[in-house]
Formats: sequence, C-alpha cells, structure tokens
Amino acid sequence: MDKVVIAEDLSLSYSSEEAIINQVNFSIDSGSFVFITGASGSGKSTLLKSLYGALKPKYGSLVVGGVELRKVSRSKLNFLRRHIGIVFQDYKLVKEWTIEKNIMLPLIINGYGKDVTQKQVDSLLKHVRLTHQAGKYPLELSGGEQQRVAMARALSHNPILILADEPTGNLDDYSSQLIWNLLEGANTQLKTTVIVVTHHIPVSMNVEYKHFHIEYGRIHAVN
Amino acid sequence: MQSIKNHISLVIALLSILFSIQIFIIVDRSIASYKQNLTNSYSMVIVSQKSIDNNTTLGFSPLISSVSELTPDSIIKRLNTNMNNKNIELLKLSLPKFYKIQLNSYPSPDEIKALTKSILRYPTITKVEDFAHNHDTIYKLLLLFKGVVAIFAVTIFVVTSLLIFKELRIWQFKHSERMSIMGLFGAPGWLRSAVLFRLALMDAFISSFMAFALFTYLSYNSWVLQQFGNVGINIIIFNQIDDFILLFGTAVFLSILLAMLIVVGHKEEA
Repeated sequence: MDKVVIAEDLSLSYSSEEAIINQVNFSIDSGSFVFITGASGSGKSTLLKSLYGALKPKYGSLVVGGVELRKVSRSKLNFLRRHIGIVFQDYKLVKEWTIEKNIMLPLIINGYGKDVTQKQVDSLLKHVRLTHQAGKYPLELSGGEQQRVAMARALSHNPILILADEPTGNLDDYSSQLIWNLLEGANTQLKTTVIVVTHHIPVSMNVEYKHFHIEYGRIHAVN
Repeated sequence: MQSIKNHISLVIALLSILFSIQIFIIVDRSIASYKQNLTNSYSMVIVSQKSIDNNTTLGFSPLISSVSELTPDSIIKRLNTNMNNKNIELLKLSLPKFYKIQLNSYPSPDEIKALTKSILRYPTITKVEDFAHNHDTIYKLLLLFKGVVAIFAVTIFVVTSLLIFKELRIWQFKHSERMSIMGLFGAPGWLRSAVLFRLALMDAFISSFMAFALFTYLSYNSWVLQQFGNVGINIIIFNQIDDFILLFGTAVFLSILLAMLIVVGHKEEA
C-alpha cells in the first residue's frame, strides 16, 4: 500500500527551543483514517503543522504526498497544499467573505471553472446543512456552523489528505456528529486519507482507524 | 456598506495628496503668470550722455530683452511755449539720452544690483533707475506667498502620510489573515495579493476621478475665475489631460506602493 506520510528520525522544534517531537519514525498508509492523541502541549498540533509545511523539520526527513518537506521550495509546498484539506480548531475562515466564497477558496486556487465550483459548493452546503446560510459571513454563524463551513472547505477540492486539528473541540453534539460523519464519508467513499489530532476518539466510529499517541516527544502506535 | 468602509480611508488620504499636489500646481502657475505680468510692466531707465545703439545695450546682460529710446518730446512740449524751433532742437541735443530697458524675466534684487553695476560700467552712462524699492516689496510678497503655500503643502503631506501609514497598518492586519489562509491552501503569491492590488487600484481610480471632478468644477466656476481675474492672472486651473495623468499616476504609484509594502511585510503564519 502507498504511504502518504513517511517520517524518519523526525525532530520538530520552534526556533532554538528543545525538540517538541524528538527523532520519531512512523508512516501513514494512503486511504487510512488516523487519530493522533496526546496531552495538552505534547506536540500533536506541532506535528500536524509540519504535515502541511507550516513548520519545517529540524532534523530527519518528512515526506508528505511524495514531497520532502525539510528542504521544500515555496512552489512545491503550494502544489502540495493544493492537494490537502485542512480543518483548524479556530476555523480560519476569511471574515470578509461569505461562507459560500470561503468554501470556494480551494476550488479557485486549483483553477476550477465557475460551473464546477458552484455545483460543488451547493452540494457541500447541503451536506453540512448550511444551504440557507450561503450568503452570510462567518461571524454571523455559531461556532459549530463555522466549523461545518471549514469542513466543507477542506472537502471541496477532493483532497488526497485531510488534516484536522481538534475539529470538534467545543462543538455541540449535532455539529460534532456531522463533522465525524463527513470525515468518515470522505475516507470510505473517496478513499481520502484522514489524520485527526484530538484529545478524545469518539466512541461511535464506523471506520477502521489507526491510533498514534504522543508522549514526551515520542510517537507510539496504539493499535 | 462594508465595501465602502474598506475604501473610504485610503480614498480620503489619496484625495488629500492629490488635492495638495494640484493646489501646488495652481499656485505655481499663478506665481509664474503674475511674474510674467510684473516682467511685462517692469522696466529700468538708463541715462546716457551720448546715444548708445541697441546692440550695445542688449550686450550688457542676457536678462535684457528689449531697449527703446525715450523721447524727451513730452517734457519739451511743456516748456516750448516761448521757444522757437531752433532753440528746441538745441535743447534736445544738449539733453542726455534716456533708454527704457525691459527684461525677459522678473529679476531678483541681487540680479537687479548686478545688472545695474554692469550697465554703469559703460563710460557714457551716468545713471540707472531700477525702481528697486517697489520691486523689492512685490518680490518679497511673492516669496512670502510661495513660502506659505510650501508650508501648507508640507503640512498636508505630513498629515496625509500619517493617515496612509495608519491605513497601511490596518490593511496589513486585515489582509494578512486572508493572505495567510489562502497560503495554507496553496495559493501562489500573485493570487494571495491580487485582492489587495485590486483594492489599491480601485482606490487610486476613485480618488483620481474625485479629484478630476472637483478640479474640473473649480476650473469652470465663475467665482474662482473672477478671483483670478481680479488680480490679473489668467491660468489653466486644471488641464484635464496633463494634470489628470499626473494625479492618476501619483495615486496609482502610491496605492501600489502601499500594497507592495503590505505584501513584502506579510509574514507567513506558522
């Protein structure tokens, strides 16, 4: 099976600080569903950041989607990011754009035509149950609704990899369930690799998943 | 509403700069026109024992544009009640020669001094009347007017620069977030900053056209034209092609510079 992520002797740190992730080795199969857990400050989000190139490895090697991220050029990184969907804990929606335009963003960046873009956005708005809110701005929505918009944006361009950082933290049950369903659906129906950083793995998962736990800068496979 | 708010601050700042530039141009043109009026009405008088040919007089200084001899006829006319023609002719021959010289530009007091000195070096010339006192007063007034306008322009420039700097900080804050988010989804640099450049160009267009409308109105306003007419100044207040190109170019340059500073100062979110 193809590997979508390969980390060898990977160490991560911010500037000259002590390594947060220290010489870890792991790989993630293409099309798998992965949870990364750990205590607060253990380096879960740091690891996720390194997977989309926002933090370069200090030592070792990290290959995502065939791109070595330690010495990656800006254009190659942009190319990789165009094939990744990211869901942030703080949503990272563009406040001055409508939610419809926010969902369109990856499609615009990937150069899709207007018709395809509109069709895809309409379909996603239906999936996240926000069709009636299409013309609103992010700050007019609740936290749960904003996260559903972020989820739709991450799925809009059918990425090869979805990275989600605490996607259901502080969300109501309805929005949380909707988000897990969408992640499961992307994984099972579109064979998208999904990597989720979270404190708690939901009990009602309907897909097979792999679980990594981070502790003291090391990563352990739990199952 | 949001869209208007996005534009209004920069449009006002740009408009202030364009306004001060055009006012400076108008003042400069007014001073140049007024100087020309003064030049046309200003002349010096030379008194010589013997007649001098025009070429010699023109050779005294490149400032001199024309020379004409002043005939003593009008003075003699007042005296000639009891004089016969022969005596009048004799009197004419014994009188010194008077010449009026005109200059091709309005001279500074130093230029007048230098010119007087140079003319007096000629052996037959005994006196040069330069009307320096009147000249000095007008010249100093012109300098004062220019100085006041320069202070006004500098003040507007400083205040507007502060406004633009403040606007730059707001834009930097506002656009950095959007640019970072676009970057996280792999948008190339040109696409991330496209919105910014579009906004900047739009503001340059809006402010230039507002300045165009304002100065076109002023250049046809009868009250404004009357004020210029009252002081004998006849200038083009706003040249709708040349001046507009200058104002539009300035607005585009400033707004693009602003956008580029934001793009250069943008730091990628980690």
